[in-house]
Amino acid sequence: MRYLPKSDSERRQMLEACGVSSPEELFSHLPEAVRLKRPLELAPGISEYEIVQYFRDRAAENANGHACFLGAGVYNHYRPVLVDTVVSRGEFLTSYTPYQAEIAQGTLTSIFEFQTMICQLTGMDVANASMYDGSTAVPEAAMMAGRATGRNRVVIARTVHPEYREVLHTYARHQGMPVEEFGYLPETGTIDLEDLERKLDDLTAAVIVQSPNFFGIVDQVKAAAEIAHRRGALLIVVFTEAVSLGILEPPADADIVAGELQSFAISPSYGGPYAGIIATREKFMRQVPGRLVGQTVDSRGKRAFCLTLSTREQHIRREKATSNICTNQALIALMATVFMTVYGKQGLRELAAQNLAKAHYLAATITPRFSGPFFNEFVTTVEGRPPDEVNKFLLKKKIIGGLPLGRFYPELADCMLLCATEMSKRADMDLVAQALVPAASGRVPAEEVAL
Amino acid sequence: MYPENFRYTKEHEWVNVEGDTGTVGITDHAQQELGDIVYVDLPKVGARVEQGKSIGSVESVKAVSDIYSPVSGEITEINQALADKPEALNSDPHGAAWLVKVRLSAPGEVQSLMNAAEYEAYIGAEK
Amino acid sequence: MITKVTPHLSQNEVLLFERSSPGKKAYQLPELDVPAVDPAEALGTGNVRSEIPGFPEVSEVEAIRHFTRLSTWNYAIDYGMYPLGSCTMKYNPRINELVARTEGLAWAHPYQPDALAQGCMEVMACVEAALIEITGMDAVTLQPAAGAHGELTGILLIRAFLQKRGNPRKKILIPDSAHGTNPATAAIAGYTVENIPSSSTGVLDLGVLERSVDRDVAALMVTNPNTLGVFEDNIMQASEILHNKGAMLYMDGANMNALVGIARPGDFGVDVMHLNLHKTFSTPHGGGGPGAGPVAVKKALEPFLPVPRLRRAGKKWAYDYKRKHSIGRVKAFYGNFGVLVRALAYILAHGGPGLRNATVDAVLNAVYIRKHLEPYYELPYSQLNMHEVVFSDHRQTQAGVHTGDIAKRLIDYGFHPYTVSFPLIVHGALMIEPTETEGKRELDHFIDAMISIAKEVESDPQLVKTAPHGTRTSRVDEVTAARKPILRWKPA
Repeated sequence: MRYLPKSDSERRQMLEACGVSSPEELFSHLPEAVRLKRPLELAPGISEYEIVQYFRDRAAENANGHACFLGAGVYNHYRPVLVDTVVSRGEFLTSYTPYQAEIAQGTLTSIFEFQTMICQLTGMDVANASMYDGSTAVPEAAMMAGRATGRNRVVIARTVHPEYREVLHTYARHQGMPVEEFGYLPETGTIDLEDLERKLDDLTAAVIVQSPNFFGIVDQVKAAAEIAHRRGALLIVVFTEAVSLGILEPPADADIVAGELQSFAISPSYGGPYAGIIATREKFMRQVPGRLVGQTVDSRGKRAFCLTLSTREQHIRREKATSNICTNQALIALMATVFMTVYGKQGLRELAAQNLAKAHYLAATITPRFSGPFFNEFVTTVEGRPPDEVNKFLLKKKIIGGLPLGRFYPELADCMLLCATEMSKRADMDLVAQALVPAASGRVPAEEVAL
Repeated sequence: MYPENFRYTKEHEWVNVEGDTGTVGITDHAQQELGDIVYVDLPKVGARVEQGKSIGSVESVKAVSDIYSPVSGEITEINQALADKPEALNSDPHGAAWLVKVRLSAPGEVQSLMNAAEYEAYIGAEK
Repeated sequence: MITKVTPHLSQNEVLLFERSSPGKKAYQLPELDVPAVDPAEALGTGNVRSEIPGFPEVSEVEAIRHFTRLSTWNYAIDYGMYPLGSCTMKYNPRINELVARTEGLAWAHPYQPDALAQGCMEVMACVEAALIEITGMDAVTLQPAAGAHGELTGILLIRAFLQKRGNPRKKILIPDSAHGTNPATAAIAGYTVENIPSSSTGVLDLGVLERSVDRDVAALMVTNPNTLGVFEDNIMQASEILHNKGAMLYMDGANMNALVGIARPGDFGVDVMHLNLHKTFSTPHGGGGPGAGPVAVKKALEPFLPVPRLRRAGKKWAYDYKRKHSIGRVKAFYGNFGVLVRALAYILAHGGPGLRNATVDAVLNAVYIRKHLEPYYELPYSQLNMHEVVFSDHRQTQAGVHTGDIAKRLIDYGFHPYTVSFPLIVHGALMIEPTETEGKRELDHFIDAMISIAKEVESDPQLVKTAPHGTRTSRVDEVTAARKPILRWKPA
């Protein structure tokens, strides 16, 4: 088999050297009762060509060549060619966690750059070397706030991604951490500050909001910060669309930022692998979960990097660790680093501006449901028929429409969440607009009503 | 090597009682075992502590050790200098690198601790 | 004599920010086909940022050179063996990378309609089925993103099961030989941890276990083979002891590379376990992740699995969200699908018989290393080892040399170090796992290097204590890095 680099004669030599006459003898010490006495019921190994074909066949059973207007936490952005070029290098792809700094300076240096760029992007002082994804970064941030404040309650906005909230509930249930949700204003689609005030108390460790929120709307981060801080709670700001930070003011009032970097050249890949981040203020540095790379010198005085503050982590502090996390999404974070490098200071802004333009073009002919300012996603009410029906119609034109919101927000069952990025084509957006405008029901299209 | 007037715990802390205040630190043996100290996590002033319970920790690059209070009472002072220079614990664990001062709530507790000779015998046996 | 490596000129490289200069570009966006929008008007003036301070601006050539130069400072599996115990650093087949990038899979949006995601769902169903067959368990969830995440999921499943029976209980028993994620996970799941000491032969002590299991114990977390590379031959009895008191057996699947095709945890009493796809199933470590940590359970725990579950709806796949006993979600969406694709490609390439052969070679390689190094390094436990072997530095400490020093000297010989100082039950441990994808030549190089170092310890211990000598970066000052953390670049 091509992955097993031993010839039969070498195997024989080695068995002999081990004082064993057959490979089976290597396992003869295992208790009879535990041994599997039949072959695994899996088909024999297949060739490279057949493997490629298998996955091509699976891909053919998926959407192919569709224009996609889904966002909702996962975004279709162009992946610069350099990203795969860099991460495909064996030295990055097949290397291990950089515990041995002398032979891992490549990984360590790029993580240090990553940490820096995340700080620059989010306006925070410290960023870790990535979490599994945005959804798990949220409970990790909540637990961090718990450690930092000595409190254990959390309040979270309903406008935070619904699946992220689900993950928080799963984690919080077993931490003795009560979680309460607060609502949004039906006019603007932004958080209901009064509801937040009501739900907050002196036992609250953190207030969690998302901006742009799940509806795509830039939310009231500053106001939420004021309210939270007045009660001694920390503010955690979540983001799912990293490109928005190219143009939006970063959440300077946040104590902790928890986000998802999938937009930065990470393939949507049906839900993962992605890379989350946690970024925070200097004073919470020692509460941060996950790996941290720090700058130092080697014995010759040359600048070098190494994993540091490891005593927070599971392999040392064990049950008192800041988290049980072992992995960081190093290769995925490297994709994001290359993306950020390729676009750079100007490019990220231009990219964000294009996203803004595309989504606002789409929204011009489809009335957004909410009046709040939005980045590249917005909610629209579908008049006259269920959102699913519109999507069925669009599929015939090879377009995947927006996300019908009924599954997450029963009160918005007649709405869908639409996303347009730099990859959305004008012609496709026109088709979507046409499909949504209720010409079929005999009513006048929205733009003419406005006049 | 180990000051006569100190009392010692099995977890390698020392306490020096003067009046109703006990100054607490870790022993030279402890700092040797830990190696280069990089960080000290201390309780807040005003915190109530109990004999035998953890009040913080001392960290080296590769290890963390809890600090168990040798006495019960209230923290009246913490050694701020250690925040900037945790390495002082390696050079002067019995003097300048004290950790906290405690107003004793049960001065009699100290009797249950080891004296210098007993502590030296204890660490000798540990090896 | 060092024969595997030769010093070589490697490029220096500064940080991106130090290479940056205003106006340099590595990108070009297409012209907008829609009207531009004024950000302040659309978003509100207060919401628009002026610029991203300090963000780099470099050209494409500089970008490629930057990352390429950095990459040359790394060791990698593609260069040579990683003898890291319990990490299973096996060859990362390149075809895995190719198929993961198949357009219809790589661009699949998790919310695209099920009718247009059947291919993805079929892949996931295949992975579930294969893992069920390999582990001998009854059901699998692919949602957890990594091993530790899988551990948390597994413990939460146990909690939910016990809760439904009336009492979630309070403690989890963990052997003192366990990986650090085990107690950390138990704590996050709301359990207290009780360490149970291993026997004098390094395995589970049934007597201790019997005494420790009471009605407050929810589970025992065990790794099998254990972190010494030794099969826990008491595992079935241990399972019985636990089950008799209503507790469960959790298995950390980190060492599955010793078991695939040989023994199945479901057959020897395990109730729930996680797998590390980035270990046993060859998905790349990538410098520290991503991974995937599927969890396999016995039937009794199936109702509690994270939601959604894949189910068959006629000829199609569908998701089942109505699972009232589920512990909920542990991650958004369905799991690290891209990693699952790679793992499936590995399973397809080997096939049933092939997977077993891989296990045989993995064990043969580790036993071969043990036989050759036994005369030079102390074996703290004499049992037969499987896919990994643990020595101690006891002999070498006589000369003042420790496992960490030997590991650093190994770098000079052209290898990545083995796992240092773990498991904790061995003082000064050297934990070595070659995996099956090492040939005789590489193993012999490794053995020769370790023997040579053992001799150096006697003749010239200082050489070993100050190693590595051949690397472009010498030993780093971890103490200052921890005392005065500098975690980001700042302009001068």
